[in-house]
Amino acid sequence: MSNLEYDPHRYPGKLDQHEDHAPGDEPLEDSGHWVRNANLGLGFSIILTVAAFLLAGSHVIYGPSIPVALIVLAIAQMGVHLVFFLHITTGPDNTNNVLALAFGILVVFLIGAGSIWIMDHLNHNMMPMEQMMQMQP
Amino acid sequence: MTDIGLPASVEAIRRVREDPHRLGHRPHGPDEPVEGTGQGGTGPAHKRILVGYGFWIFLLSDIVVFSCFFAAFAVQRDAIAGGPTIAQIVDIRRVGFETAALLLSSYTCMLSFAATNVRNLLWTQVFLVLTGLLGLVFVLLELQEFVELIGRGITPQRSGMLTSFFGLVGLHGLHVTAGGVWLATMMAQVQVKGFRREIVHRLICFNLFWHALDIVWIGIFTIVYLLGSGA
Repeated sequence: MSNLEYDPHRYPGKLDQHEDHAPGDEPLEDSGHWVRNANLGLGFSIILTVAAFLLAGSHVIYGPSIPVALIVLAIAQMGVHLVFFLHITTGPDNTNNVLALAFGILVVFLIGAGSIWIMDHLNHNMMPMEQMMQMQP
Repeated sequence: MTDIGLPASVEAIRRVREDPHRLGHRPHGPDEPVEGTGQGGTGPAHKRILVGYGFWIFLLSDIVVFSCFFAAFAVQRDAIAGGPTIAQIVDIRRVGFETAALLLSSYTCMLSFAATNVRNLLWTQVFLVLTGLLGLVFVLLELQEFVELIGRGITPQRSGMLTSFFGLVGLHGLHVTAGGVWLATMMAQVQVKGFRREIVHRLICFNLFWHALDIVWIGIFTIVYLLGSGA
């Protein structure tokens, strides 16, 4: 049997525990385990989503802090999705997945923060619109 | 390695102590002793890992694409060129329904994979259908939003903000649509071919794709809609 065709899930309890696992995959478990994970993920997501939507139009907390609170809630919910839906864990069988994720987050951060930073400086250094209008013949 | 030639069992115990999780030390079958060196001697990982991991890399690169659209929107947010502001085009109630539909579809998608894992054809298909229908609700709501906006003369070419808005939200909508087509294909494959190994691998990938879309949507409803609506 070539290694590529070998499927550890067909030999429960033997070697599966020692294998790497792709995201969204786990050592063989009964369906109750998956359903429990799904329920937990849905529960946390509903709490965080409802909190975000309520917060957006409210005056419960200090106004200028609402954007920060919304972003924190969003990051928390992405974490919930990663853990409960994508099964990213801190376990040794997930090292590769976590490393790839960390690199992805780094690139996303560089693109997002870098664009905002650079474009903000460009805006700052641009001639105000009124002056630009006056320069036109 | 020593010249003395320790008994194989002692050798095995030593290896397990040094590296308890034995990553990369894969046997070629269930009954073969673990002998790999962890340096490729036992060949590549099996397909269940390779396929899932490869797709994970693709998803991360897809999220990088989305991050470019997010950055464009963040930069263009105030470039309204005398047109409507983002606060004027956001309908929070509809976004709430869209979010609910997509979150529930993520949930049913995972339930279908739970059924896949115990090789239950009926429940796999039932939950896949539910996932598809909820995805369809999401796409239709988004289409309704776009049609309404364009009816009011709010088109992508009106301002830089609207270009990036339609680009970002539309790209996500296209992903969900493509996911729906993939989902229909998977349902047909599961029905005809059953839970063959490669079919299960494709279902793993589909699940990853669908959950990743939900993660991107979290970013969109927070950064575009909620932050745009008031704050």
